[in-house]
Amino acid sequence: MAMTTASDAVDAQKMPILPLAVRDLVLRFGDVTVLDGLCLDLGASGCTVVMGPNGSGKSLLLKLLHGLMQPTAGQILWDRHGAADVTARQALVFQKPVLLRRSVAANVDFVLKVRGKDRARRNALLDHVGLAHKADQPARLLSGGEAQRLALARALATDPEVMFLDEPTASLDPASVLAIEQIVSEARDSGVRIIFVTHDMGQARRMADDVVFLHRGCVAEHSPASKFFPEPRCDAARDYLNGRIVV
Amino acid sequence: MQSIADALGLAAKLVLSGDPDLFEIVLLSLQVSLTATVIACLVGFPVGALVAISRFRGRNAVLIVMNALMGLPPVVVGLLVYLHLSRSGPLGFLGLLYTPTAMIIAQIILIAPIIAALSQQVIEDLHSEYSEQFRSLCLTRVQTVQALLWDARYSLLTVGLAGFGRAVAEVGAVIIVGGNIDHLTRVMTTAIALETSKGDLALALALGIVLLVIALGVNAAVHSVRMTAARQAYV
Repeated sequence: MAMTTASDAVDAQKMPILPLAVRDLVLRFGDVTVLDGLCLDLGASGCTVVMGPNGSGKSLLLKLLHGLMQPTAGQILWDRHGAADVTARQALVFQKPVLLRRSVAANVDFVLKVRGKDRARRNALLDHVGLAHKADQPARLLSGGEAQRLALARALATDPEVMFLDEPTASLDPASVLAIEQIVSEARDSGVRIIFVTHDMGQARRMADDVVFLHRGCVAEHSPASKFFPEPRCDAARDYLNGRIVV
Repeated sequence: MQSIADALGLAAKLVLSGDPDLFEIVLLSLQVSLTATVIACLVGFPVGALVAISRFRGRNAVLIVMNALMGLPPVVVGLLVYLHLSRSGPLGFLGLLYTPTAMIIAQIILIAPIIAALSQQVIEDLHSEYSEQFRSLCLTRVQTVQALLWDARYSLLTVGLAGFGRAVAEVGAVIIVGGNIDHLTRVMTTAIALETSKGDLALALALGIVLLVIALGVNAAVHSVRMTAARQAYV
């Protein structure tokens, strides 16, 4: 009988967590079924944009994939790892960034410290997101766009293999949207797998390598972006793209 | 019996002349109550934070007990500490009865539940905001408690202040375990009670004035710190 050794465990830690396979995922709250047998396969690289009407389960799907919630049924298979094992190798940027009641620099320092990263990277991270000049300012006095960039800096400080973004540019001005898209694109180009929820059609077109369209708790369509936008296969996606109300 | 006006005049004289007896009592009061508050905070903050972030069977019962302990009758606490520290009590060999240490112990028992219960409420509110972010960062329980205590530091100052207020104004427990011994365990509240019963309203009023000034000063200092923190969105 094969025995698991400490070195096996270390090797398992180093093994890539992608690709991702989601099988028959169900999420229920009492009598309400939010995700209903969702299946999804995602490759090892690129930016997947998740779209769909409100209530289709996009944000909850991200939380399930990140291991913050447990599904009612179904499997989330990150290569050979369970969802709970991989949380530390991923980062989630929330729609409304949760900033600590500290300075901008201390917010990044905190993440570097708790994740055992080199704290000398702080200035480079802040510089990368354009906040180096605000390092000593209280984080909670930042504008919406700056706050989200700080959240991105903290996420990048964890060296994630996968970065989830839950509508990170909702309610932001175009300049902030552009700055955030640039940071995310650079992260993708450096090998971070991006899974991005948005309602912004223009942003989806700019960012997506492939699009997952959720409708009524299932994946209604999963297509390369080059096919999804000109020729969506499902009626719900077509209506959504054409600006019709999809429920 | 002095009139209130006479007593107030004498009290002002005592305060302004820097009467050594008066200031000895004030100093001891501050030493006892500040020490008790610091120790109660060191115990109460982590306990409050742990209860705030933990979900376990019987948590509601723990919360009820914590809240109930906020209303501990001081004389009962004094009596219990007395029974433990008296010569025939289990801790009698320590020889702590009628010492400032016994008064500190009694005050800690009185205010630690207040600090734990109030900090639990403060931390729970903050934790509901940070919870998902912290789980995403895979923080340990200790890291979570440390981070919450640090981020709630300005709110917890107010909690500590509430504890100090209760400690410095307390008379029932410290008079039982301290004995109100002159130059040894006489604090402001016990001295006020004694001097009033003797009819020496001047010293009682002088001590009362100092007590009020201390309460106002500490409140003003904490309020000023909180206002500064609020301006920087640290509250």
